[in-house]
Amino acid sequence: MRLHLKRLALAATLGFAMASGIMAGGAMAQDAPTFRLTIKDHKFEPPTLTVPAGKRFILIVRNADDTPAEFESTGLGTEKVISGGREATIRVGPLKPGDYTFVDEYHQDTAKGVLTAAGE
Amino acid sequence: MLASALIVFREVFEAGLIIGIVLSATVGVARRGGWVAGGAAGGLLGACAVALFAGAIGEAMQGSGQEVFNAGILGVAAIMLGWHNIWMARHGREMAGDMKALGARVSDGRATLLALAVVVGVAILREGAEVVLFLYGLAAGGDGAAALLGGSALGLAGGGLAAALLYRGLVAIPTRQLFRVTNVLLSLLAAGMAGQAAGFLVAADLLPAWGQVWDSSMWLSEKSILGRALHALVGYADRPSGLQVTVYLVVLAGLWMAGRATAPKPAGPRVGGVAQRV
Repeated sequence: MRLHLKRLALAATLGFAMASGIMAGGAMAQDAPTFRLTIKDHKFEPPTLTVPAGKRFILIVRNADDTPAEFESTGLGTEKVISGGREATIRVGPLKPGDYTFVDEYHQDTAKGVLTAAGE
Repeated sequence: MLASALIVFREVFEAGLIIGIVLSATVGVARRGGWVAGGAAGGLLGACAVALFAGAIGEAMQGSGQEVFNAGILGVAAIMLGWHNIWMARHGREMAGDMKALGARVSDGRATLLALAVVVGVAILREGAEVVLFLYGLAAGGDGAAALLGGSALGLAGGGLAAALLYRGLVAIPTRQLFRVTNVLLSLLAAGMAGQAAGFLVAADLLPAWGQVWDSSMWLSEKSILGRALHALVGYADRPSGLQVTVYLVVLAGLWMAGRATAPKPAGPRVGGVAQRV
């Protein structure tokens, strides 16, 4: 059992080492353009948004409601929980030109929108 | 009520498939019930904690906290699965030869049970946190307690039933082949989790995406029920990044090779159907 605990500790250490290495190498796309969305009364504001195609960008989604939301879009490959009164930073793209729908999974009836990637 | 039933079902379904595989991979192992229950309890507690601190986690690390956290726990689960699989490759032959022999090997079994308990815990933690947040939102939004409870119970029952069916189906396989099958399933599960972890790190901009390999969302959406099942079981993704696919294949190949390298030679004296221990 002690041996196994040691192995566990080793695995954990390795994991941390890998994670810190990744952090050090991170922070790409710092200069990416930023777009903002707000969720209010379980609706997106604005409900449609145009972003540049073929480019990585940052989407900041602010949840102005008191209850949690889950920003989800299969097209964008995003699934992110946003607590009430908080905002989420989502890194998206590069996208092919086209329309990408998104919803608040917790309030799909009202909270839905479309992101349009245009130009190159 | 339908909304809560659906969401609870989806999350319980995904966690349940993983638990079903883990249970079938440990058939006949002494005291596995306690370990699995312990993992489940830990996962539930963790889910509540994650839900409670979701805001803080989300805003940590320049807004990438949630992705890094998800990648971390998926990585841990993948390592645990890999560890279990390599252990099984070494001892599986003996176990399949004589299930009773395993009872005397609880001390060895304990290590791998710990690994699988962690996997169960992680599965419940991930899906459970979403359920907790969603139900909290509904409750705060003024949905009646009866509708909430009814919907959740319905979802829980449905998801549990799916897991039970998978388990029943798997344990119907004769013992000799069962461990071969569950080892393959656990390998795919590990590769899928590692791939998803890589996907989260790509989403956090910590790793390069290496492009998008395919787009099968038109044929089989990751959000359809079959897509979700395949996502949970074998790591199916309808628009995977190059890195995600690479990590998936590397982990799968690595586990396969590690399994072959550590497997005992088929020859050797056997006493009463049990391989002798050196």
